[in-house]
Amino acid sequence: MLPGISLGIGVQLEPSQLEQLRSSALATAGDRLPTLEQIIETVTLRGGYNTNLVIAGTTLLGLAAGIIGVFALLRKRSLMTDALSHATLPGITIAFLTATALGFDGRSLPVLLLGATVSGVAGVLCIHAILRFSRLTEDAAIGIVLSVFFGAGIVGLSYIQANANTSSAGLNRFIYGQAATMRAGDVAIMGSIAGVSVVTTVLLLKEFALVCFNDAFAKVDGWPVGAIDLVMMGLVVLVTVAGLQAVGLILVVAMLIIPPVAARFWTERLWLLVVLAGVIGAASGYFGSVVSALLPRKPAGSVIVLTSGSIFAISFICAPARGVIATAIRRLRLRLRIAGDHLLERAHELHTSVLPASVVDELAQRRGWSRWLRTLVIWSLRRAGMVGSMTSNGLEVLRAGMARGARVSRNHALWKQYLISYADIAPSHVDWSVDQVEHVLSDALIAELEAELTAQGIAIPAVGSAGR
Amino acid sequence: MNGAIIQFDIGADLFPLLAGTFAAMGCGLLGNFLVLRRLSLMGDAISHSVLPGLVIAFLITSTRSPAVMFAGAAAAGIATVVLVELVKNLGRVEPGAAMGVVFSVFFALGVLLIERAAMRHIDLDADCVLHGQLETLVWYDAPDTLSGLLTWSTIDAVPRQVAVLAMMVVLAVMFISVFFKELRIAAFDPALATTLGFNATGMHYLLMVFVAAATVASFEAVGSILVIAMLVCPAATARLLTDRLLAQVVVSGVIAAVSSVGGYLAATSIPAAFGKDAVNAAGSMSVMAGGLLALAIIAAPRHGVISGWVRRRRLACAITVD
Repeated sequence: MLPGISLGIGVQLEPSQLEQLRSSALATAGDRLPTLEQIIETVTLRGGYNTNLVIAGTTLLGLAAGIIGVFALLRKRSLMTDALSHATLPGITIAFLTATALGFDGRSLPVLLLGATVSGVAGVLCIHAILRFSRLTEDAAIGIVLSVFFGAGIVGLSYIQANANTSSAGLNRFIYGQAATMRAGDVAIMGSIAGVSVVTTVLLLKEFALVCFNDAFAKVDGWPVGAIDLVMMGLVVLVTVAGLQAVGLILVVAMLIIPPVAARFWTERLWLLVVLAGVIGAASGYFGSVVSALLPRKPAGSVIVLTSGSIFAISFICAPARGVIATAIRRLRLRLRIAGDHLLERAHELHTSVLPASVVDELAQRRGWSRWLRTLVIWSLRRAGMVGSMTSNGLEVLRAGMARGARVSRNHALWKQYLISYADIAPSHVDWSVDQVEHVLSDALIAELEAELTAQGIAIPAVGSAGR
Repeated sequence: MNGAIIQFDIGADLFPLLAGTFAAMGCGLLGNFLVLRRLSLMGDAISHSVLPGLVIAFLITSTRSPAVMFAGAAAAGIATVVLVELVKNLGRVEPGAAMGVVFSVFFALGVLLIERAAMRHIDLDADCVLHGQLETLVWYDAPDTLSGLLTWSTIDAVPRQVAVLAMMVVLAVMFISVFFKELRIAAFDPALATTLGFNATGMHYLLMVFVAAATVASFEAVGSILVIAMLVCPAATARLLTDRLLAQVVVSGVIAAVSSVGGYLAATSIPAAFGKDAVNAAGSMSVMAGGLLALAIIAAPRHGVISGWVRRRRLACAITVD
């Protein structure tokens, strides 16, 4: 049986291709799980020539797609690549029909990929035309081009299946991809595309960054924005077309989108983003083809996408910079700090080092703290050495806590004074916004505020007895 | 070839045509609210990601009963919408990329699971999810004449897919007419909808459930590519023809019907005229919808390219004359 997905409208492989498959690990693996030896062989690239070809090809493709995908992501063009890849299908069928009609071999890969490129580019131009000449929005334009071009491609495929005298020879493989049919020439193409992507990105990183982050400024500054954009888009087209055969037109877009999005969670720096996306893409390509070589009936394209999808999920949850857990912890910390500040501020205002439970209750109710948050706030204050234990009299506020309360209270007063004097905000309206800001004023800013207000002869609150 | 330009055979063509038209109308009507809310690609995402839902439902229950398939696909559709929102909001990922990540992973999962199903020698086919099997809806003992259709036995002969799609159109019409006001406000100004006391988020999810349902009802007969086309193209075309929402909804329904009938007839008749076999009707319907849209972009009375050009020329003349 075929290694790729079983296609309803039969894919027929040539005898030479079948032979190739038989000799590869894919076919020999049968329906059993691979042995440890087989796993080690394949992972260390000793699993046979054809297996290695596939692994090399998908790894290089993953690398190129990851790198190029970064710029597609930053240009907010992720889904335009989806339209682009779907729009290649009619070109493939037309190229096949034209080549066959002219007496050439319609299955020749360069011819098909040329057709794919032409119609893919036509699709992107159609999106631009729709945006330019109608009031439709980008999402609609992408959806239109994607579905209409793909529909045309399906019409073409069905025409070929029903009418062409030659066998349609698996044009379907461009929809789902068949990494296993990769040959040395294809891998060379992947390699050169990966090389071109890496070199272009290294050479033009500054230009790409400029256009991605601020194209209006780039234009004003005299950069050839159109040309740079064209280079970026051209690379996307190149990678997409190269990926058609390996992972198919539906999933190639995943190779362009997922690695950059996953990498984005780990870093804020562009060059690191590019490197990480390339590594994630290459790793998914490698892992995907290794798994599909070892296990029967695991199409490489899907495994590659699921691998990068898992890397995305891990990044989404665990990444220290922007991951969900890290963000949640940061938010909780801030929330705790603000709540703790309110508590200490209250102690300072009441000039008492023992806050009665009723005051804490009242504060909790006014600020909308949950019971859970209230417990957590007191726990975190105690850990920081700001408060002591909760006695029958109330919460004992330690020296450090009183000092913090005084400081917060003073910051509040300073910022309030500043807003009233400079921002012309009505005194009755300042408190709410001050409440948000008082906890995050930095020492430098406080010093500046003091200097500013003193210079203008505005009375500033004195540093309290327990002040800073 | 019997000389007629348009080929139509009741037995071979009636039910496929009806299925395509119902699917197109149902999706076309719902699409209006997606296009207005800039969610056109949600249809794309959902229709890709129902695949694993279908396969998982099948693998769990081992039946292909429509109810099970529907539940699986609807669950996958909702999961897609929720996950896209999560990735977008919690991960601060750009909406397009968030959709791309979610639906491609779902689709890959679906393809992989289909392989598992195929291991059990069961025929679940990714191809028919993509471009449908309209051609299989043949009515073998159909009457020869149109008047022969006017009997009770016709109703018995209606295939399940056609009945389901007809039901979907009815449900879509009911949904839109009952919630027209809410949908309109949520489409143009979700914030206002919330302040007025409607649940805009609830509306959003309800709409998504309908989109998922339409996708599932359609996929078996017409394939997801027609679903994507019909969720976007008719609504976009109608949007260029009118500025009023009610008119847009009505016009989009008409356009959906016209493009599916036109597409179907083109798929059967044009190849026949050249002595070839018919081509895929769902694809042809999508192309027809795209053609109508192109026509609207060029020639729409107020928002078209030509009328815009004429208006500018007139204005230029008026300015010159002044």
